[in-house]
Amino acid sequence: MSDERKLTYAQAFNEAVSQMMEADPDVFCAGEDIGAFGGVFGTFAGLQAKFGEKRVVDTPISEQAIVGLGVGASVTGLRPIVDLMFMDFICVAFDQIVNQAAKLKYMFGGDATLPMTITTAGGGGLSAAAQHSQSLEALLCHIPGLKVVMPSNPYDMKGLMISCIKENNPTVMIKHKRLLGMSAPVPTEAYGIPLGKGNIIRPGKDVTIVAYARMANEAISAAKELAEEGIDCEIIDPRTLQPLDTDLIIDSAKKTNRVVVAQEAVRFGGLGAEIASQIQELAFDYLDAPVSRIGAPFSPVPFSPALESQYIPDAKSIAKGVRDVMARR
Amino acid sequence: MDFSSAKQFDLHRRMVRIRLFEEAAGRLAEANKLPGFLHLYVGEEAVASGVCGALNDDDHITSTHRGHGHLVAKGGDFNRMMAELMGKSTGYCKGKGGSMHISDTSLGMLGANGIVGAGSPIAVGAAFANKYRGRGQVAVAFFGDGSTNIGAFHEAANMACALHLPIVFACENNEYGEFTPRDKTMAITDVVDRAAGYGMPGVIVDGMDVIAVHEAAVEAVERARQGGGPSMIEAKTYRFYNHHGVQNLGLKYRSDEEVAVWKLRDPIFTFEDRMIENGVATRANFDDIWAELRADIDNAIQFAEDSPYPTPDQITVNVYTSMTGAN
Repeated sequence: MSDERKLTYAQAFNEAVSQMMEADPDVFCAGEDIGAFGGVFGTFAGLQAKFGEKRVVDTPISEQAIVGLGVGASVTGLRPIVDLMFMDFICVAFDQIVNQAAKLKYMFGGDATLPMTITTAGGGGLSAAAQHSQSLEALLCHIPGLKVVMPSNPYDMKGLMISCIKENNPTVMIKHKRLLGMSAPVPTEAYGIPLGKGNIIRPGKDVTIVAYARMANEAISAAKELAEEGIDCEIIDPRTLQPLDTDLIIDSAKKTNRVVVAQEAVRFGGLGAEIASQIQELAFDYLDAPVSRIGAPFSPVPFSPALESQYIPDAKSIAKGVRDVMARR
Repeated sequence: MDFSSAKQFDLHRRMVRIRLFEEAAGRLAEANKLPGFLHLYVGEEAVASGVCGALNDDDHITSTHRGHGHLVAKGGDFNRMMAELMGKSTGYCKGKGGSMHISDTSLGMLGANGIVGAGSPIAVGAAFANKYRGRGQVAVAFFGDGSTNIGAFHEAANMACALHLPIVFACENNEYGEFTPRDKTMAITDVVDRAAGYGMPGVIVDGMDVIAVHEAAVEAVERARQGGGPSMIEAKTYRFYNHHGVQNLGLKYRSDEEVAVWKLRDPIFTFEDRMIENGVATRANFDDIWAELRADIDNAIQFAEDSPYPTPDQITVNVYTSMTGAN
C-alpha cells in the first residue's frame, strides 16, 4: 500500500519540490549549494541531476540577491523557490523579504502577483550557536503580505510545501533542522494541505496544547506522560502561522477551558503571545486558568549542549506548563 | 550611430513628457496639493529617455525613489500617474503607493522603490525570468551613484554576471547621494570602475546628451538580448531641483554656480538646438510638441483633482492575491 511508504521530513520536502517541478515548468529553485551538492541539509538532493542547471540554480552567497531573484522572477511570471540555508540568514535578506516581496502587491495597488516560496531551516538543537539556531517566525508573521508555514512531520511537510509552491503569494516555508530525519508514511501522489488550516493532532478534553514544528512533537510526548496522570490533552498544530487558524484554536479553548501554547522561540513577543491574546479576546469567559506560554528564555541560543539542552523547551517543560494550568481552580 | 528623425523626435518627446510632468508635480507640491515625498527627475531626462527608447514594450525596468521619469519614459499614462501622486483611487496604485512606488507592470515597469539599491536585485530576477523563458526580453536596473555603496547593489551585479543574465545596469550619477556629494561617500570618481570587478563591460556617457545615452543603451541592450550578458552604463547627470521637493531644505549643500553650470547643459534645450542645427526640426515643431503635451498635463491634473480618494474599506485590500483569482 502506497500509504505505508515512509519518507523522512527532508525527503518529503524534496518530493514536493520534485513533483511540482514536473507539473509546472515555471517552477525553479535557486540558492546556495543546492545544485550538485543538494543543499547543506540534503533537502535539494538529486534535483539538479533531474531538472538541470537551468531549473536548479547554484547562487552566490548573496541572500539579498537570492530573495530579489525570487521577487523579480515571480513578479514577471515564474514560480520561484528560493532557499536561504539557515533561518538566521533572513536577517541578511530582510529588506527584500519585508520591504519588497511582502509589499510590492499592495504598493502597486494590486498590480503584481508574487508566487514565490522562500525556504529555510530554523530551530536549535545542533549546537550551532546563536547565528544558526534561531526561531524567528514571529518577525515574519508580523509582516502583512507574507504567509508563514512550519510543518511538524513528513506528511504535513509534503502537503504544505506543495501548497506553498502553488500559492500566489510570497510564502516562507520553515523546515525544522531537528525534524529532517523524522520518518513517517507519506503518500506518493501530490497532495496539498491548505495554508491557514490547523490540525488536531490529538483530541482531548482537559487542556489544549497549541504547538508547532518541533514543539508539536514534544507536545505529543508530553501528552503521553500526562495521560498516565489522568490529564487528557488536546494538541493543536496550526501548521501555518500566517494566516493562523484562530477558529480551530478558539473552538478548542472553549471546549477544554485551559490552554498552553508552546514555541521554541524566545517567549517574549512570540507567536504564543499572539495566540494567548486572541484566546483572551475571543474566549475569555470560557477560561478556567490564564493561558500559559512555554518558550525559550530571553537570551540568544547558547552553544554548549549543557546550556542549549536546558534552553530549548521540551516535553518536560510543556508537561510542567500543563500541570500548572491544571492546578488552577 | 545615426538615428532617424523619427527616433530623435521620439527621444525628445519622452524627455519633454518627463519635464512637464515633473514641473507640474513640483508646482502642485509647492501648493501643498501633493501628500508625501517628491523626488523630481528634472535634469536627468536624457537618461531614462535614451535608455527606454532602446527597449521594447515587454522589456522590464526597475527604478529608484526618483522614479517618475522612468515610468514616463516607458510609456506611463499621465492621468494615472498624477492621480497616484495625489493619492486618488484612479492612480496607478489606487492611492496605496504614491510617488515612491509608482509602477505599471503591464509596461514592464516594476516599481519606483523607496529603498536605495533595492531595485537592482529585482531587475536581476526579471532578467533571470527573461533568460529562462528565452523570449529575448531584457531587464534594465536604473540606480543612482549612491546606491552603488549598498550591499544589495553589489550582490545583484555579481549575481547577474555569475549567471550571465540579459541585464543592463544603468547608473544615473548625479553626483549627490541625497545631500552629500559623491566624493565624500566613495573613493572613486567613476562608478563604472566597479563594473570590471563583477566581470562586465562598462561605459561612461554624457547623461545630458540623449543621443549619447541612447547609443550606449542600444549597444548594451543588444548585447544582453543576444546573450552577451550584463553591462553597465554610467550616465553623468545632475538633478536641477532638490533631493526631494523643489527648493533646498535646510542648509545649502551645493553652490548656485554649480547648479547654473549644469542648467546650461539642459538635456532638452541643447537637444532641440542640435535638431534645429541639423535641420531635423524647426522651433515651430517644438512649440507644437510642448503645447500638445502641456494640454495633456493640464488634463491629467484635472483628471486627478476630479478623481475620488480611495475609501477606507480599501485599506486591507490588495495585501494578498486571492487563490480564487480575485484581488
